[in-house]
Amino acid sequence: MQLYDVELSSRLMLGTARYPSPAILTEAIKASGAEIVTVSLRRESSGERAGQGFWSLIRELGVRVLPNTAGCHSAKEAVTTAHMAREIFGTAWIKLEVIGDEHTLQPDVFGLVEAARILCADGFQVFPYTTEDLVVAEKLLGAGCRVLMPWGAPIGSGRGLNNVLGLRTLRSHFPDVPLVIDAGIGVPSHAAQAMEMGFDAVLANTAVAQAGDPVKMAAAFAKAVAAGREALMADPIEPRDLAVPSTPTIGKAFLA
Amino acid sequence: MKILVNGDLHDVVVPTLAAVLDELGYRDRAIATALNGEFIPASARSSAVLSEGDRVEVLAPMQGG
Repeated sequence: MQLYDVELSSRLMLGTARYPSPAILTEAIKASGAEIVTVSLRRESSGERAGQGFWSLIRELGVRVLPNTAGCHSAKEAVTTAHMAREIFGTAWIKLEVIGDEHTLQPDVFGLVEAARILCADGFQVFPYTTEDLVVAEKLLGAGCRVLMPWGAPIGSGRGLNNVLGLRTLRSHFPDVPLVIDAGIGVPSHAAQAMEMGFDAVLANTAVAQAGDPVKMAAAFAKAVAAGREALMADPIEPRDLAVPSTPTIGKAFLA
Repeated sequence: MKILVNGDLHDVVVPTLAAVLDELGYRDRAIATALNGEFIPASARSSAVLSEGDRVEVLAPMQGG
């Protein structure tokens, strides 16, 4: 898989928030096999060192970071945060989030397109957190995005793929654009479903971090993503309305 | 001169953003800064002159989804 000309072998991306401890986060990242982890930025007072420690931990793991603009509610906020992230993390990658609704954390797609246009023009490689809306997707691509991250369900909800038909349509409408399912994944079967539908990758965070055993769950997600991808490559059968006997009927004994 | 750093009021005597960060103990940290909502790159901190009431944001790496 290629994202912005970077070749990747893992199709699972992992968020780094809400783990019980830094040690469990470290082990979960290793167990997931993820090559990309998402990170963020927050205020740090001069007396605090938490952010510095976290950054050391991530750097030691040698994974690629995808900084986000979580918590931004306007294009301007998101653009400023993206610039700050580029300087700290030393990457042009930005997972662009412009939140439009406090309850669903649904993206403000108008602000998203506006921010994407500004950031792409400024040399950023933008991964926009968006909905399954085709028109928004088209505008994001027009703004210069070369990857899209449609939501499965509201962030942290664990509901899986809320709008399968819409996501399927998005996939078929943009067959050559890398599409990463972001948000709402709850269990590995959701991730496998997304991969079987032809999505290029899945990003999970809460589903792993808040599981009873995050390390084991990270490993389970890795297997599910790989299995879903392999199933897609194996060309699955089409569902049918009526039964078709799997056991051949030719040569069946007449015993009635 | 009174300024806000991450929402907290600070009374500082030095004139630039770089000097204020040093005064507050941020030297050699992985941080990024904004002044009144505008990004200030590290290379521009020593020329960013502060005024009374300015809002400085100092951000550091953090876990994220």
